Amino acid sequence: MGKITRRLMIFGGVAAAGGGLAIGYGLLPYETIDRARKIAGRDGETMLAAWVRIAKDNTITVIVPHSEMGQGVHTSLPMMLAEELDADWNLVRMEQAPADMAFANMGLARGYLRGDTSIPSWLSGAADFGFRKIAEFMNLQITGGSTAIRFTGVDGMRRVGAVARAMLVKAAAAKWGVAESEVDAASSQLSHKASGRTMSFGDIASDAALVSVAADLPLKKKADYKIVGTPIRRFDIPAKVNGSAKYGLDVRLPDLSFAVIASSPVFGGKLKSVDEKPALAMRGVKKVVRLDDAFAVVADNTWRAKEAVAALAPVWDDGPGAAMSSESIYAQLNQALDKGGLTDDHAFGDVDAALKSAGGKIVEASYRVPYLAHATMEVMNCTAHFENGKLSVWGGFQDGLGSKAVAAQAASLPMDAVTLNHTAMGGGFGRRGYTLDYLVKAIGIARQVEGPVQVVWTREEDMTQDYYRHASIARMKACLDEKGNVKAWLHTFTDKYDPPEAVFINYDVPNRAARYAAKVNPIPWGPWRSVDHTQQGFFIETFMDELAHASGKDPYEFRRAHLTNAPRHKAVLELAASMAGWGQALPAGQARGISMREAFGTIVAHVAQISITPDGFPKVLRVWTAVDPGEVINPATFTAQIQGGAIYGLTAALYGNITIEKGRVVQKNFPDYDMVRMADAPVHEVRFIESGARTGGAGEPGTAPIAAAVGNAIFALTGKRIRDLPFRATPLNVT
Amino acid sequence: MITMKINGQTHEVDVEEGIPLLWVVRDVLNFTGTKYGCGVGACGACTVHVDGEPVRSCSFPAVLAQGKEIVTIEGLQENGVLHKVQQAWIDAQAPQCGYCQSGQIMAAVALLKVKPQPTDEEIDAAMTNICRCGAYTQIRAAIHAAAKA
Repeated sequence: MGKITRRLMIFGGVAAAGGGLAIGYGLLPYETIDRARKIAGRDGETMLAAWVRIAKDNTITVIVPHSEMGQGVHTSLPMMLAEELDADWNLVRMEQAPADMAFANMGLARGYLRGDTSIPSWLSGAADFGFRKIAEFMNLQITGGSTAIRFTGVDGMRRVGAVARAMLVKAAAAKWGVAESEVDAASSQLSHKASGRTMSFGDIASDAALVSVAADLPLKKKADYKIVGTPIRRFDIPAKVNGSAKYGLDVRLPDLSFAVIASSPVFGGKLKSVDEKPALAMRGVKKVVRLDDAFAVVADNTWRAKEAVAALAPVWDDGPGAAMSSESIYAQLNQALDKGGLTDDHAFGDVDAALKSAGGKIVEASYRVPYLAHATMEVMNCTAHFENGKLSVWGGFQDGLGSKAVAAQAASLPMDAVTLNHTAMGGGFGRRGYTLDYLVKAIGIARQVEGPVQVVWTREEDMTQDYYRHASIARMKACLDEKGNVKAWLHTFTDKYDPPEAVFINYDVPNRAARYAAKVNPIPWGPWRSVDHTQQGFFIETFMDELAHASGKDPYEFRRAHLTNAPRHKAVLELAASMAGWGQALPAGQARGISMREAFGTIVAHVAQISITPDGFPKVLRVWTAVDPGEVINPATFTAQIQGGAIYGLTAALYGNITIEKGRVVQKNFPDYDMVRMADAPVHEVRFIESGARTGGAGEPGTAPIAAAVGNAIFALTGKRIRDLPFRATPLNVT
Repeated sequence: MITMKINGQTHEVDVEEGIPLLWVVRDVLNFTGTKYGCGVGACGACTVHVDGEPVRSCSFPAVLAQGKEIVTIEGLQENGVLHKVQQAWIDAQAPQCGYCQSGQIMAAVALLKVKPQPTDEEIDAAMTNICRCGAYTQIRAAIHAAAKA
């Protein structure tokens, strides 16, 4: 990845439409700010960077370049800006940035430059599209990888807020003829104590445009926070309790048609033919549209389109994919590991020598996790409309700009001829990031339809046409020394995706290495909540538990003894254990497991307490979670993210299993791809440690280690080590 | 022609007999607050009330709702005032992506009608709607709070 040649800059003193203050921030050429102002500026308002506007009535609108998926980012990011600005939170509004270059996610690029993150590999996949080549930095509006707070917030929102505040203060000081140091800012008001004068931010915003301040201002200390760290209510919630929030499926336009799509049930298959007559004879049906690997029926409502699809008998060319089954795929993964010639991931010390050295105890285990569907509550869908050589699309997209670039490519139109309209998103979890088949197919259908068309995946299509969390097999081998400490750790596995550090361990092990077989999975796969951590968290933390038992030590104490060089991790582990009362006697038939993981800059430790149901399945009764994300922006949304992330991981641990037969996904809907529901949801207590380390993510860390905590509890209770997920595939004997 | 009374208003809709209530509500009458989730009555995202009973509208023929009072999420508030369950949902900050929440709220309102002070076990039994974001802790808290309101 080449270096960014544009320097980081703060733009000051640019007059906005209608007069006023505009500052910009980021890795942007100067002309981009004008463009941002043109798009997001409003008459009578002052444009403060790409990310904030101050109106004359003193309202502040923060423009957020990320998508809201329920993680609260449309509220948390404005909180960070408003904090540094010393704004009155009641005057703060939020708007999602349009999918335009001017609102590219500079924070993510900054995070990359600083070495905190790499551009996720699942993004560079999208860069195959011509437009994406140059967009690797500049076009990023991606919401994923738990990046919003970590990069946009810390590098963008905070800094813009601080600069805006300084400009307002400087302008006020000049107007009053006093020293800047005598001007205070609080709750969107400026004041001069000695003379008792006050004015609002809105009053002075236009003057502030004419001053310049240093870009590199000190940011507030935690002790001075008034907004950050409080459970501010989310902007998006009121519309989500009265039915007024509009999701992709809720787009209603004049003359809107509804299309239901059916794609080749076999991966890689093509449409040979489909006799459209039975559909066309049905009420409300307008058209049957064919794509290379799919067809769709267009009708005047979704149900009629769905019924007509079911009435047709398409002929598919299955291709070689039809030979695949779960068994053949698992055999393929095992063969890849048997074959050797693995790719080196990382290595410390000399693991091969240490494994062969005398005086140690060797422990080996193999683990397996299946494919998983995202199963967002809102099925895949996209509304598209070609009109007068232009394309408009509506839907939920985790990366507005990237999606727009893909849309332009799919429609063979320049970017400027495409308008992308963000709707609310009924779940993302990685599915609505760069795996944009739903956008590309909707465009392919819309170009054959008069007027706007809403293309809908039924739940069955959604589940069988996903980009799955990939299946993986891991083989772990370790050597315990005479004292029962791990002296060598070799981790081999199939298919690495993202983030690169997902396979790291934070335990003190002098000789360790990870190696993997690349590109083994044969079906479409993509990012899934917490990405590689979902698998690695299970492999690593289950194996660590096995090592603890092999050395005859308590799993908590064993982990703790291996964290002498990782004080933050140790503190998190200790807090989780103390919350749970680790070691206390439990009711008969119950046991606990512990696990920990660092994911996306946040350290999480779970303790899970379980029992076994009369039909032989684990039931998770309680979970205690300690988390160190460095700093918590909004404790309410952060807690909800950790809890929700754990539920997502618990569904995978207990139920999640996409299987393949004859090249087709077997599971079609919730009855055969079940989920954790209320009755399955444990009582879950979450506590934070705010260590002050660089801010970590919220949406994904809770998912990563939960399966291991549950599996370790199953072992503690039954003595049975389940090494293949999901747990419910292995009924337990109840004694 | 079917006559449907939804949220206190009567609509004549020209639809075939087999159409599920969900699609009349969403695509014909454009009350889009009621969601499609699975189409087989398994997830509860489409829950509405028919004569006060919670019904999974994706699997409920519209004709069976003729002459009955249908209430959707849009019809829950009265005179612009949120139902206490909706208010409790805001207070608990329950929704994440929000897509399942119309159905969750309709199910909770129906539960509180028959069990004004539900126990956790009664909540477990009645609230079988799927929330993929995993907001169950907040949903449970909101139901208990609404019961006290």
